[in-house]
Amino acid sequence: MYKKFLALVVFAGLIFACSSSGGGGGVDPGDDDVFVDNFDRGAMLTALADQVITQAYDGFHTQMIMLNQAGMNFVAAPDQTTLSNLRNGWFNAYKVWQYIEMFNIGKAEELQYSFYMNVYPLSVTDVENNITNGGYDLYAVGNQDAVGFPALDYLLYGLADNDADILAKYTTDVNADGYKTYLTDVLTQMDDLTRLVVNDWGEGYRDTFINNSGNTSTSSLNILVNSFVQYYEKKLRANKIGIPAGVFSGNPLPDKVEALYRKNGSKELAEIALQAVEDFFNGKQYNGGAEAESFKTYLSYLDRDDISNNILSQINTAQAQLNSLSNNFYEQVNTDNSQMLMTYDELQKVVVFIKNDMPNAFNVSIVFQDNDGD
Amino acid sequence: MLSKYRNIYTDSAPLAVFRVLFGLMMFGSIVRFWMYGWIDSLYIQPKFFFSYYGFEWVQPLGNYTYLIFSICAVAALCVAFGYKYRIAIITFFLSFTYIELMDKTTYLNHYYFISLLSFLLIFLPANTRLSVDAYLRKKEYEKVPRWTIDSIKILLGIVYFYAGLAKLNSDWLLRAQPLKIWLTSKYDLPFIGENIMQQEWFHYAMSWGGTFYDLTIPFLLLYRKTRFLAFFLVVFFHVFTRVLFPIGMFPYIMIVSSLIFFDAKLHRTIIAFIQRLSPLKSRVVERISEYHYSVLSKKLVPNIVILFFVVQLLMPWRYLIYPGELFWTEEGYRFSWRVMLIEKSGYTTFKIVDGKTKKYFYVENSDFLTPFQEKQMSSQPDFILEYAHYLGDHFASQGHQNIEVYAESFVALNGRLSAQFIDSSVNLYNEKESFKHKPWIVPFQHDIKIKGL
Repeated sequence: MYKKFLALVVFAGLIFACSSSGGGGGVDPGDDDVFVDNFDRGAMLTALADQVITQAYDGFHTQMIMLNQAGMNFVAAPDQTTLSNLRNGWFNAYKVWQYIEMFNIGKAEELQYSFYMNVYPLSVTDVENNITNGGYDLYAVGNQDAVGFPALDYLLYGLADNDADILAKYTTDVNADGYKTYLTDVLTQMDDLTRLVVNDWGEGYRDTFINNSGNTSTSSLNILVNSFVQYYEKKLRANKIGIPAGVFSGNPLPDKVEALYRKNGSKELAEIALQAVEDFFNGKQYNGGAEAESFKTYLSYLDRDDISNNILSQINTAQAQLNSLSNNFYEQVNTDNSQMLMTYDELQKVVVFIKNDMPNAFNVSIVFQDNDGD
Repeated sequence: MLSKYRNIYTDSAPLAVFRVLFGLMMFGSIVRFWMYGWIDSLYIQPKFFFSYYGFEWVQPLGNYTYLIFSICAVAALCVAFGYKYRIAIITFFLSFTYIELMDKTTYLNHYYFISLLSFLLIFLPANTRLSVDAYLRKKEYEKVPRWTIDSIKILLGIVYFYAGLAKLNSDWLLRAQPLKIWLTSKYDLPFIGENIMQQEWFHYAMSWGGTFYDLTIPFLLLYRKTRFLAFFLVVFFHVFTRVLFPIGMFPYIMIVSSLIFFDAKLHRTIIAFIQRLSPLKSRVVERISEYHYSVLSKKLVPNIVILFFVVQLLMPWRYLIYPGELFWTEEGYRFSWRVMLIEKSGYTTFKIVDGKTKKYFYVENSDFLTPFQEKQMSSQPDFILEYAHYLGDHFASQGHQNIEVYAESFVALNGRLSAQFIDSSVNLYNEKESFKHKPWIVPFQHDIKIKGL
């Protein structure tokens, strides 16, 4: 009796030792090859990494290089031509940025990439103080609202009411050198960060990402779902539409639109961002071509096409509503904010599906906090 | 017959061993909880805590919360060693229960089980043997009233049996929900993750197997001939669930607790083993045959225990008083051994409206709640109501006028699509918490109904 009992205790101990206690980033190399599962999550991660994420990053990197070059040309000879070239380069890069801001994972998360690229509203005071005083550290957290695309928006469109006066800031102004230096420094920072993130994907993070195909709080699917949901909820729904429309403040805050100084870019950027969300969900290749394994096909494997249908049809409804807005959200908020609010409501309905139904079907926790269950 | 039963005496060894193991496990649980940093993340960091109705006065005490945990841990050790047992177990019961009442976000059936068990232990002579108390008073009692040991078995039996009854519903048995969701996602388990975990038959086998296990295990443990098999099943079942789910110490507590069903012989072996390790063996201790309660206790204690069990037997049925689907409204859901029964997730946002001007804004939940609190709040009506009041009070204190609070809430239950959960036209700031039905919960309307107990 006692011996049998002892054997049981040993058995229990063994099983316990073999079981993962949760929370760790357990990777079990090799298991994938031995057993065949109907749905290959590794293949989904590979497809997303190779055909969606890195393609989009490469696309952005190209734009970033051109933008940086246009910046150097402008600083070397500020005139109307180089200014409009720089403005084009800026907006082209800004559009592709909408495809990669959602990947707040790996190096991007570590470097807080998106926080140095696209925090708005811009602090004009910080920018002007930096320019006047010099000796700034653009990597300081306090400067996150003084750099990136929003800083360029201001530097290229917001310094004065007309192009001649804007150009004057870089030519005849007493601190013209300060403006040129700041513009260069902002571009250099964006270029450096982009290179670090893109290179990291090329130098091994891709493999880490693909191989980390388990289901723990640190595995790729979990962090991808979380970063996707967070992006949609915070960066897209709230920042682009909700906050300017006053959804969280009670009063409209038109100064908080994206690309405020360019005036008529906010809608286009929001539309591209929503398209990027839809494309990512569908596993659509950034460079065009067939759809790959994705959240949609995973839901399909789990017999939950109903969730996919809800997500896609609600995104379409939101797109239609978004499309009806003015090109300039600043103007839209000031003339007819109710349309902005309606757009927010339609975007909001998507959140229920992607934040509640989809992770529920994947059994992925949204925003993990360690604790015991029943 | 009952009075005759009260006078049956039995070997005290199982009770003594139970006390030691229980105390040690509780001590280990508290140390583990502390070391994971959960005291800080669950009871210090949050700005706001969800209270049980009527226990709003139980709140964490800032950094002194660590003191409560320390007291609880020391009490658990005293229980294990049987030192000043009565005071120790009362202290343990009070401090542990206080901790559980601080924030209902962390409610777990197994914490409730610990509270109940420690309450019951207050009334049992668990320190008659293998204890510092016995050593100090130089007296050991070899026998205790049999009902004292049986009462622990009954409590364990209730936990299992009611957990089994709760599984007798169509979602669990006919849709294999929520196990289908949970098991499918365990694809990263070695050996079994990518094959049987993905098979539908396995989800059903687990659902049905779990139900039979819960319903029959108390009886299999009671019956001598099936006891060893039953214990094997207990170990297997709990270790297996431990592998699958993040359920902390619970499996071990249940495995160790079920030793109480074994003969005194096993427990005497364990006592002999412990005494060989003990430094206190030299002293001569008088052996007394039977432990008798004092005259007053002998009258009082059995009645308290009977009342305790009557409440335990009735409590899980209170849901029948409420209208609507239990899994949806969760009215009468807690304290009823409904363990791992539903996969429910919600998304709930709050709108603060000025009743006069009709101007409104939405609340960012993460400004007020931890992720864990937000998750729990989003799918449980009593949490939603309490939080709505907290928000109303908060914005009133900020100078907002004519405050109305509305919830827009969507909940997905056991693999169904999200559906509206709270009537978004009801100003929750005007609704009061009570034990009555909450009419502002939108009734469960999904085509796939839930039938059963």
